[in-house]
This record gives sequence, C-alpha cells and structure tokens, in this order.
Amino acid sequence: MIRNLDMAPSLPALVIGLAVLASFAAQMRARAASGGDLRNLASLPGPHGANAFLSVLVPAIASYAALSLVRLIGDRQGVELLSAHSVPVAVLVVAALGCGGAISVSTARFRARAAFEWWIKSLLIAAAAVAVLTTLGIVLSMLFEAVQFFQQYHWRDFFLSSKWSPNFRGNSALGILPLLWGTLYISFIALLLAVPVGLFAAIYLSEYAGRRMRNVAKPLIEILAGIPTIVYGLFALTTIGPVLRDYFAQPLGLGDSASSVMTAGLVMGIMLIPFVSSLSDDAINAVPQAMRDGSYALGATRSETIRQVVIPAALPGIMGAALLAASRAIGETMIVVLGAGAAARLSLNPLEAMTTITVKIVSQLTGDTDFASPETLVAFALGLTLFVFTLGLNVLALMIVRKYRERYE
Amino acid sequence: MTPPAHSLLKSDDRTRRRRASEARFRACGLAAIGIAALALAVLLTSVLANGAGAFRQTYIKLQIPLPEASLDKAGQRDPAAMAKVSTFGYAALLHAALLDRIAALQIETELADQDVAAMISKEAAATLRDHVLANPHLIGGMAAMDVLAAGRIDGYFKGRVTLKSAAMDGNTSPQALQLARKLADADVIETRFNWRFLTAPDASDQRPEAAGLGVAMLGSLYMMLVVLALALPVGVAASIYLEEFAPRSRISDLIEVNISNLAAVPSIVFGILGLAVFINFAGMRQSSPLVGGLVLTLMTLPTIIISTRAALKSVPPSIRDAALALGASRMQAVFHHVLPLAAPGILTGTILGLAQALGETAPLLLIGMVAFVRDYPVAYSDTAGLFGDAATALPVQVFNWTQRADPGFAERASGAIITLLVFLAVMNTAAILLRRRFERRW
Repeated sequence: MIRNLDMAPSLPALVIGLAVLASFAAQMRARAASGGDLRNLASLPGPHGANAFLSVLVPAIASYAALSLVRLIGDRQGVELLSAHSVPVAVLVVAALGCGGAISVSTARFRARAAFEWWIKSLLIAAAAVAVLTTLGIVLSMLFEAVQFFQQYHWRDFFLSSKWSPNFRGNSALGILPLLWGTLYISFIALLLAVPVGLFAAIYLSEYAGRRMRNVAKPLIEILAGIPTIVYGLFALTTIGPVLRDYFAQPLGLGDSASSVMTAGLVMGIMLIPFVSSLSDDAINAVPQAMRDGSYALGATRSETIRQVVIPAALPGIMGAALLAASRAIGETMIVVLGAGAAARLSLNPLEAMTTITVKIVSQLTGDTDFASPETLVAFALGLTLFVFTLGLNVLALMIVRKYRERYE
Repeated sequence: MTPPAHSLLKSDDRTRRRRASEARFRACGLAAIGIAALALAVLLTSVLANGAGAFRQTYIKLQIPLPEASLDKAGQRDPAAMAKVSTFGYAALLHAALLDRIAALQIETELADQDVAAMISKEAAATLRDHVLANPHLIGGMAAMDVLAAGRIDGYFKGRVTLKSAAMDGNTSPQALQLARKLADADVIETRFNWRFLTAPDASDQRPEAAGLGVAMLGSLYMMLVVLALALPVGVAASIYLEEFAPRSRISDLIEVNISNLAAVPSIVFGILGLAVFINFAGMRQSSPLVGGLVLTLMTLPTIIISTRAALKSVPPSIRDAALALGASRMQAVFHHVLPLAAPGILTGTILGLAQALGETAPLLLIGMVAFVRDYPVAYSDTAGLFGDAATALPVQVFNWTQRADPGFAERASGAIITLLVFLAVMNTAAILLRRRFERRW
C-alpha cells in the first residue's frame, strides 16, 4: 500500500480538497434552501457540511484500501488485476460521486445530522472490526504458509517425530515433539513456582494482611508484572543460569550448561507470580463474606475457613488463573530464548539445556530465510500449533471463570 | 475436686494442633510475599550492579599533532582529497601521541609500542577523522581530544577486568593495566559519565566501549509515535462502538470474545503476522519502525480497548440521559459529554499500553529489527517513506548485545535495561499520578 502512495503524491491532497469543497458547497446550498431563516431547515448547515465532507472522504479511503488490496493480491499471484493508474482514477471517481451526491441531497428537509452520524458510526464499526481482522489475519497468514509447509513435509513426520535437526541444505528432520516437550517441561516448572507462591500471596493479602501491609506489598508484586520479559531473560542469562550451573548442576554432575530448563522455568515462574496472584485475588474477593462468617460462626479458624470454604468456592477462578498462566508460559519467548538454550532434546534432567516452540520460531525466521523451503515454513506450522494451544487454554479458562461467576451473582 | 477435663483456660492437644496449623498457614502466605519481594530485589540489584558501569566510560586525554604532510598532502583543504586518508592514518597519529605523552611523563613500561597503542579504542581513529574532516582548519596544529580507551582498560577502571583476569586474556595484559593505572594517576586517563552511551549508535563486535543506544532509542520513539497515532484513535473508536452503540447481538458478542482472546495471544504470534502480512504480502520494508509500530499497535489495541471500555462504563448513565433530554443525539451525548469525562481513564490506559509496547521484544525479532544499524534513522525520506528507515528498538538492542562475545557488551545490555526501566517507571508513574489527580467518584 505504501508503494502506491509515492506514485501519486497528489491523490490525498486532491481528495481532501474535494471534501472541503463539497463541505462548503453543501453548507451554502442548505443556507440558500433555508431562505434566510435557519428554522426552516431540518438540520443546521454545520451537519450538512460535515456530512458532505465525510461523504467524499470515507468512500474514497475505503475504495483506495479495497483497490490496493486487489492490486496486492494480483501482485502476489503474478497477474496485473488493475493497472497502476486505475487506482487513483477510480478513487477520484468515487470521491466525485460522493461530492455530487452529498451536495445534491442538501435540501431543507434533509436530516443531515443523522446522515453525518451514520458516517461516524460506520467509522466506529470499522475500528471495532480491526480486532476481528487481526484475528483473521493471524489465522489466515499462518494457515496459508503452514499448508505450504505440509505440502513439502508430511504432517505425520511433523507431529509424531522425535527428531529436530533442521538443515538448510535440505533433508532436515522437523519433528515437533522435542520442542513440545521442552515447552511443557519449562511451563510445568514455572507453574510449580508461580501457582503456589501467587496463590498464597493472594490469600495472605486478601485474608490476613492489614491495610498498610497491603498498600506496600500489592504495588511491589505489581512491579514484577510491569517488567518487560527481555529483562527477565537477561536476569536468567546473567544471574540465575550461572548460579544454578555453579552450585547445582556441576556439583551434582547433572550438566554444565548455564541455560537449562530449570533456569528458564524459575525465571518464568517469577514472571507469572503477579499474574496468578492478581487473578486469584479477584476470585477470592468474589467469594461472599457471608460464607466466611458462617464458617467462623461454626468455630473454624481462619486457615480452616480459607482451606475448606473460601478456596473451594474460588476454585474455578483459581483454576482459570492457572490456565491463563499456563497459556502465558507456553507462549513466552524472550525468557526461553535467553535462558533455555537451543538444543532440541527429550530428556528428564531439568538442569540440561532444552528448547521450545517459540525459540525455534525465532531461530527459523531470523537471519537468512527462504520462504520456499520447509526449514523456514516450519515456523508457521509451529506458530499455528502455538496459537491453537494457547487459544484452547484461554477459551477453557474463560469458560471456567464464566461458569463460576454465574453461580455467585 | 479434680480439675475439669476440658478447661477453656488450658488448651488441649487438638486446639494446639489447630493453632499450630493456623500459624503454619499464615507463615506460608508471608513466605510467598517474601519470595516475590526477594525475587524483585534480586532482579533489580543484579540489573543495577551489572549495568551501572555502562553509564561511565574511560577516556584518554591526548594532544594530537595533525601534520599537514600526512593528512592533506596537497594543502588545498579539499574535502575529497582529505577523505582519502583512511582511519589507519589517523590511528598512527593517535598512537604516536599516546607514546609521546608516556615518554613526557617519564613513565617506565615493558610494553611493546603496539601493545600501548592497543590501549586506545579502535573507534577513536574514526572519531578523530570525523572531527578533522569537519574542522579542516585544525590541520597543521594540535587537536586536544579525549579519546575512548579500549574495552579492557575501561573494564579495569570499573572493576570488570582485574590483573588476574588480564593475565589469561589475549586482548590485554597486567602490564597494560598497570600502565593505565599510572596514566590515571597522572590524570591522563579519566573515567566519567558516559553521554555517548545514550546518544551513540551501536558498534561492531570488537569495540563494546563505543556502543550506544542512540539508534535504538530513536527507533523506539518512532514506533511509539506510530502506536500512539494508530492505537489510540482506533482503540477509542472501537470501545465507543462496543460500549455505547453495539446492539446485543451475536456479532458484538463475537467481537468481544475476539478482543479478550487477542489480549492473550502470545506476542510472538503478532510477529509472525507482521512478517507474513506487512512484509511478505504488502511488501513493506524490513526493520522499519513503521512495520514495528503496526505490529505493536495490533498488540496494544486490546489493552487500550479494555481500559477505555472500563473508563466509559464508569461514567454514570445520568450524564447521557441529561444530554439526550436536552435534544442531543446519542452521538453528541457520547462525544460532547461522556468522552471528555472518560478521558483521564483512557489516557491512563493508553500510557500503560504504550509502556507494554515499549518493552516488547519477540515480535520485533521476526520483522528484522535485530539488524546492525549504525545510521540514525530519519522520520521521513523519499526512498523509504514515513518511518521506513531501518532502525532497532531498545529491548531488541538488549537482546542483540547479549548475543555478542565480548563481556563489555554484557555490561552494555544491563545498562540498556536500566535505561528501558527508567522510561517504563516514568510512564507508569505518570499513569498513576494522572489517575490520582483526575479520578472521580460519582
């Protein structure tokens, strides 16, 4: 789309000029139609002008976007669906039609405010549609390239092979299993740290802590949430990794690599603590106070109330939090790129370097890429798998949380 | 009389057990908060300790003679002719100046001349050359310049390099460090605040002492401008539609589910989208802030929409009703009354969204922003268009430096993180202050 812009630098100026012209003409026509008394008009001249302005601008922009898209699609297929000159000409025709139409309808009876607001509303709808288009773009772009990948590489070898060794001279083994194993192993360790710590932090803050403690501890935990993942990645690389290697892996004879499943998992766990704690906090606070009071009245201590009344009642919310955290862990990239290593391996030893789906997406798509080779296209199949995985977890989490909400409201 | 079996004054075994379990449970909660606080403290101290050095830099103060015979043989001060003298010619001048200085100070050293010369950064000759080409009148006289010391010498004054580690290092020697110490005592070598770190572009693998964040910060700034210009209007428009106009229907439900799912899509997936759609399909330029900004826009949009909707929701319906009662259309009620009242909340959400976008790395790796860029990107050029010049971004620069071999870059990476965190802290504080200042309870 950008390439077409420099071809016709005067097109935007022409369209805007036409819009301004239409706006003035419509206002003058409305004034003339009023016969000097504005009370004769269904709408004031202002909305007449605004309606004319948008009647030129919006269709022109929309047609430009649509035609550019057609041209681009033609470009990619290697055929010229539209000539380079036809786009500005067509856009100008659309703009002129809008201009003429808007001026001709500007009569005394015309409800210009409603028409103008119709344009605004369609712009608002277009903005809301961007979100849907983004999802569509994500799915289509990955599907398109992944299909190309599966035409060159059998799906059974991709999903069921335990060997990952890409080779840019061809003949590579591209099995997802070792990557999936690394992803799940690291996420598991991260959740093992984040869920108990996050949950207990939420319990303490909402059930035990006084106001002052809460005012200090809550922002402190929220700071953890605001730190970018690259910072966690660097922390894994420069601090946690060497410490684990020097004090655990080497003395225990379990490996001598600073990047390991444990390194990435622990750091990712720290990253997820605020996530789990704030979502669990919401779930715990949503449990009605009456349930706690009832439990206290029967003589239960605080911890007994929490364990036997509050947690069971908040369990769906807490499960949702854990699932959302799992989805975050699976899709996390920078921590594993810097902390987990690049070797695809199926092993149980947590102090060994392993790799994940996201690491391999990065390594296959950076540097020299050839979008015809399976070694590059595999990244899209990996991306699609990742997307489906996280989407499934998110939808599941949302469903659980929604079901629970219905119970207490 | 025997005491009663169960006294309220004396706790029995079961009560004690229950109390102990209560205390244990409470301790667990406290421990969890302790772990989180400890993690934060360790994280911040490790970044600060590793990165503080990047903000200081060691310079060698030299008086460099600039003989006309070697720099401008023709004597015409013709820029084209002067540009023929390569950096090697200037490096020789620098080395001679340093050796002269050492001789003048009567410092004894066993170092060979070339090892003394290696104490000056490889970048220094290029800096001197640029300086002379910009000021040709200096030729024939002396130039007083503070030139960069080599990375190892710099590391010595920051404690990263020690006499012990230098003995095993092929790039320096204990003798060089001892000489550097004597020069520092004679006030020839000085370590001071490093503005260059914030302004200079990236440098190649062998010269970490010259690497800076200038290009990365400019790239991040351009991307934030793109995100602000696109995500704010589109996000606010989408929220207004969903919150104020959308009929309760299948379609608006779909959009809503869509947005909450988009907010949870892994960021790297947005990078794949950017690569496939903006670069491969639409043919936009790789590594350009425009593509980076577009990808980050799509990523931040759900955040902005969610916070804007919350802000719109908090404006009481009575405001809308009053406007409608006075004859305003629904559109006028929203744009004239609801939106201004929701503006502080929208602004806060936008700042938080921008902060999130500023720290994002993964999608930018895929659209080629890891490239080595030494030229400051311009906002607009005829060939590249608006924001089309290749650039990097702050977090990507951090990643880039972690991939380099020289330990000097590790310090730079942590220094860049500190810079990034300062920006984020400022943005988040601004958001909190705005919220405090304008928060209104109806």
